[in-house]
Amino acid sequence: MSILIIQILNSLFYASVLFLIAAGLSLIFGVMRIVNMAHGTFYAVGAFVTAWLVGRAVALGVPTVWTFLLLPVGAGAVALLGVAIEPLLRPFYRRAEEYQLLVTFGLLLILEDVIRLLWGGLPLSADPVMDLLPSVRIGGLIYPGYNLVVIGIGVVAAIGLWAVIYLTKFGVILRATSQDRRMASALGLNVALVYVSAFAIGCFMAGLGGAIIVPTQTAVLGMGIDALILAFVVVVIGGLGSLQGALVGALIVSFVRTAGIQFFPEIELAVLYLIAALVLLVKPTGLFGTA
Amino acid sequence: MMRADVSRAEPKLLLFGAAVLVLVVLALLPLYIGLYQTQLLTYGLIAAIAALGFNLLLGYTGLLSFGHSAFFGIGAYSVAFLLRDAGIHSMELYILIGLPIAALTSALLGYVCVRHTRIFFGILTLALSQVVYSLALKFFWITGGTDGLRVARPTLLAGMFTFTGGGAFQRFIDAYYYYVLAVFAICVAIMWVIVHSPFGKALQAIRDNETRAAFLGLRIRRFRWVAFLISGTFTGLAGILWVPLNGLTTPEVLYWPFSGEIVFMTLLGGFRNFTGPIVGGLLFTYLKTYAVATTEYWQLLLGVVLVLLVMLLPTGIVGAIATAAAKLRRKEKPA
Amino acid sequence: MILLQTVDLSKQFGDVHACDRVNFTVNKGEFLSLVGSNGAGKTSLVNLISGHLKPDSGRILFEGEDVTFAKVYERIRAGIARSFQIVNLFDALTVFDNVALSVFSRERKVVKIAALADHDQDVRREAFDVLGQFGLAGKSAVPAGGLAQGERKLLDVAIAYALRPKLLFLDEPTSGVSTRDKTQIMDTVSSVVRAGAVTAVVIEHDMDVVFRYSDRIVMMHEGRFLADGTPEAIKANKDVANILLGVPLSA
Repeated sequence: MSILIIQILNSLFYASVLFLIAAGLSLIFGVMRIVNMAHGTFYAVGAFVTAWLVGRAVALGVPTVWTFLLLPVGAGAVALLGVAIEPLLRPFYRRAEEYQLLVTFGLLLILEDVIRLLWGGLPLSADPVMDLLPSVRIGGLIYPGYNLVVIGIGVVAAIGLWAVIYLTKFGVILRATSQDRRMASALGLNVALVYVSAFAIGCFMAGLGGAIIVPTQTAVLGMGIDALILAFVVVVIGGLGSLQGALVGALIVSFVRTAGIQFFPEIELAVLYLIAALVLLVKPTGLFGTA
Repeated sequence: MMRADVSRAEPKLLLFGAAVLVLVVLALLPLYIGLYQTQLLTYGLIAAIAALGFNLLLGYTGLLSFGHSAFFGIGAYSVAFLLRDAGIHSMELYILIGLPIAALTSALLGYVCVRHTRIFFGILTLALSQVVYSLALKFFWITGGTDGLRVARPTLLAGMFTFTGGGAFQRFIDAYYYYVLAVFAICVAIMWVIVHSPFGKALQAIRDNETRAAFLGLRIRRFRWVAFLISGTFTGLAGILWVPLNGLTTPEVLYWPFSGEIVFMTLLGGFRNFTGPIVGGLLFTYLKTYAVATTEYWQLLLGVVLVLLVMLLPTGIVGAIATAAAKLRRKEKPA
Repeated sequence: MILLQTVDLSKQFGDVHACDRVNFTVNKGEFLSLVGSNGAGKTSLVNLISGHLKPDSGRILFEGEDVTFAKVYERIRAGIARSFQIVNLFDALTVFDNVALSVFSRERKVVKIAALADHDQDVRREAFDVLGQFGLAGKSAVPAGGLAQGERKLLDVAIAYALRPKLLFLDEPTSGVSTRDKTQIMDTVSSVVRAGAVTAVVIEHDMDVVFRYSDRIVMMHEGRFLADGTPEAIKANKDVANILLGVPLSA
C-alpha cells in the first residue's frame, strides 16, 4: 500500500515538472504560434545553471539554507536567455511554419553544444538543496520531503498561471493577442512587448522545471531532448496551446510513464507514443486542442 | 518565334547532356583523387541519396520531417543484423531485404504522421524517430547498445567480387565507389521520373494548395503517405549503402542530430530544385569532414549556419544560383 | 430532369442561420444564377453541397444518390465541381499543369508514378483544348502565380471545368475584375459551359451579368430562398427589387 502511495507521489512529482515544461511550450505556441524546438534545451539550461550556482554557493561557504533561493534564480536566468533570443525569431513570425521550425531547430543544435562547452559534459548535481528538507514517513517507507515541495510548486504554478491568464489584465492582453494579433495591434496593444513577455514566461517555466528537478537528479547532456520528446507527447495528448491540456496531458504521461517503468521498462516511451497515436486517431488536435 | 521553339527543346537536351557529363566526370574522378578522397566522395553520394529521398517530402510535398534518421538507421542496422544473424555477405541481398524493411517502417510511421501537417507533423516525426532510437538503446543485447555493431566488407555483384587478402581495402574502396555511383545514378533517374510524373505533379499541387487539390478529387492523405513511404525508403537505402563503407553502425545514426544533418544538407543545396539536395549532400559531406577535424563544437557551427541559411539563403545554393541566372537572363532580353 | 436536390438543408454558425431548411433543386442543363446580399448564405450553400462544410441537418441528393456525408473526392468523382471566389490556383505550377492535373485526376491517371506527365498525349491534347476555350493557350508555360487577375479567374474556372463535371458551381467568377473584363469573362465562361452541356450554378452580385446570362435566377436572403424564376419573373418581383435597393420587405 505504501509503495502504491509512493508511486502516486512520484507520478505527481514528475507531472509537476512536465506541466511546467509543457505549459511553457503551450503558452508560447498559444500566443506566438511558434513551437520552440529548443524548449527542452531551455529546461536543461535551467537545470545546469541552477546546479552550477548551487555548487558555487556551497564552495563559497554560503549556508545551505539560502541555496533554495537559487532555484528561481536559475529559472530567471533562462527567462533572460529567452528575452535575448526572441529578437532572433522575430523575422519568422509571419513566415511559413517550416522556417520557424528550422530556426528553432538550429537554436536547439546551438544551445545543446553551448551546454557542452560551458559545463564540459560532466553531470552536475544540486544535492544540498534536496538535503535541506527532512524525509517523510509513509507507511513503513521514507520519502523525500523535497519531492512533496515540488508537487506543491506544480500546483501553485498551475493555479498561478490560470489566475494570471484568466483573472489579470495582462492575461486578457495575452489572450487577445493570441486570438488576433492584427486586431490587438490595431487596438493599440504593444504586440512586440506581449510576444517577448510570453516568450520570457514560457522560458521561465521551462527553466523552473529544470531548476526544481536538478536537486533530485543530476543534470546530464541529452536531458533537454528527452524532456522535449516527453513534452511533445504531453501536448500531442493534451492539445497544443491549452493550459488544461498541458495539465491533463502531464498527469496522463506521468502516470503512464511511472507504470511503464514499473512493468515494461524498455518500451515505456514506445507505450507513451502508442497512447498518443491512439488519442490522435480520435482527436487529431489533442484532447483540449484547437485546430 | 524561332527562339521560343528552340528554347522549349533546349532545356531537356541540355539537362540530359549535363547529367551525362557529370556522370562521366564522377566516373573518372577516382583515377585522379586518391583513396581517401574517393572514400569521401562515396560518403557524399550516399548523403545525396538520403537528401534526394528526404526532399521528395519537403520540396515536393511540403512536409518537413525531423525524423529521417530513423529510416537511415533502420537501413544500416538491417545490414548489421543480416550479417550477424543470417550470415549474409551479399550487397545485393542487403539491398533486396533491407529496402522492404525500410519501406515497412516508413509505411507505419507515415500512417501516423501524415494525418497531420506542419507543426504537428514535425513534432511527430521527431518524437517517433526518437522512440526508435530509445528502443535501439534499451534493447542493447540485440543492437549492441552504444557500442553498435560491426559490419564486414560485403561481396559485390552476387559474390563476383570479394575483398580479402592483401590490398583488399584499396580494392574495396575502388569497387564500392562505382557500385554506389551506379546506385546513385539509378536513384536520381527514378526520382526524376517520379517528380515529373502525374503523381509528382499531384504532390506539388497538394503542397501548393491543399483545398484546391481536394476539389480536384485528389485523396490528400493517401498521396502524402505514398510520398512518405518513398522518401523513407530512399533514405533507408542510403543507410544500407553507408554501413559497409563505415564498417560499423551505432545508435548515433538514429539520434536526432542526424535527422538535423539531413535537413541541413537539403536546405544547403536548396529544396525547391531537383538538384539542390544532391549538391547539398555532396557539399555537406566535405564541409562536415573538415569542420569536425577543426572543432569539437561542430554541432554549434551547424546550428549557427542553419540559422544563417534560413535567414539569408532560404532557397539554398542551387536556388540562389537559379535566381541569379534568371536575373541575368532578364537583363539580356531587350526591354 | 432533376440533377441536384437539397432537402431541408441547414447550417448554423452560432446564432447565424447560414442555411435555413433550404430546398434547392437544380435541373439538368440549366444555367442558374444564385443571388442575394452578402451573408445571405450563397457561399455556405455551395460549401455544403461541394463538401467543404458539413450540414447540421438535411440531405443532399445528386442524381438521386444521397451524398450528404460523402467525402469531397467522392463528390468530385460523382460529377460535382466548383471554382472559388478568392482565386485558388497552384501558383508554382504552370498554367498548363494546373489544367492538366484536373484531366489526370478525372482520368484516374494521377496515380501514375512511372510515366512522365508531359508524355501523355491524350491529356496534353485535352488540356490545350480547354485552355484554348478559355483563351489561355498563349500563357500555358507561365506559372499560374504570374497571371493577371482576370486570367487567374478564368484559370480557376478552367480547372474546375476540365474535370468535365455534371454540375459546376462558380463562386463569383467576375468579382475583383474590372467592368471591361467582366463581360469578356462571362461570355467565355457561359459559352464554354453551354457548349459542354454542363449544368452551372453561378453565384453573382452583378445583376446586369445575372439578367444577361441566366436561364433561371434564385435569390437567397438570410439563409432562405426568397424568389425563384426566370429573369423576367424576377425583374417583376417587388420583394427582389426591395432587397436590392435596401428597402425593408413588406410583411
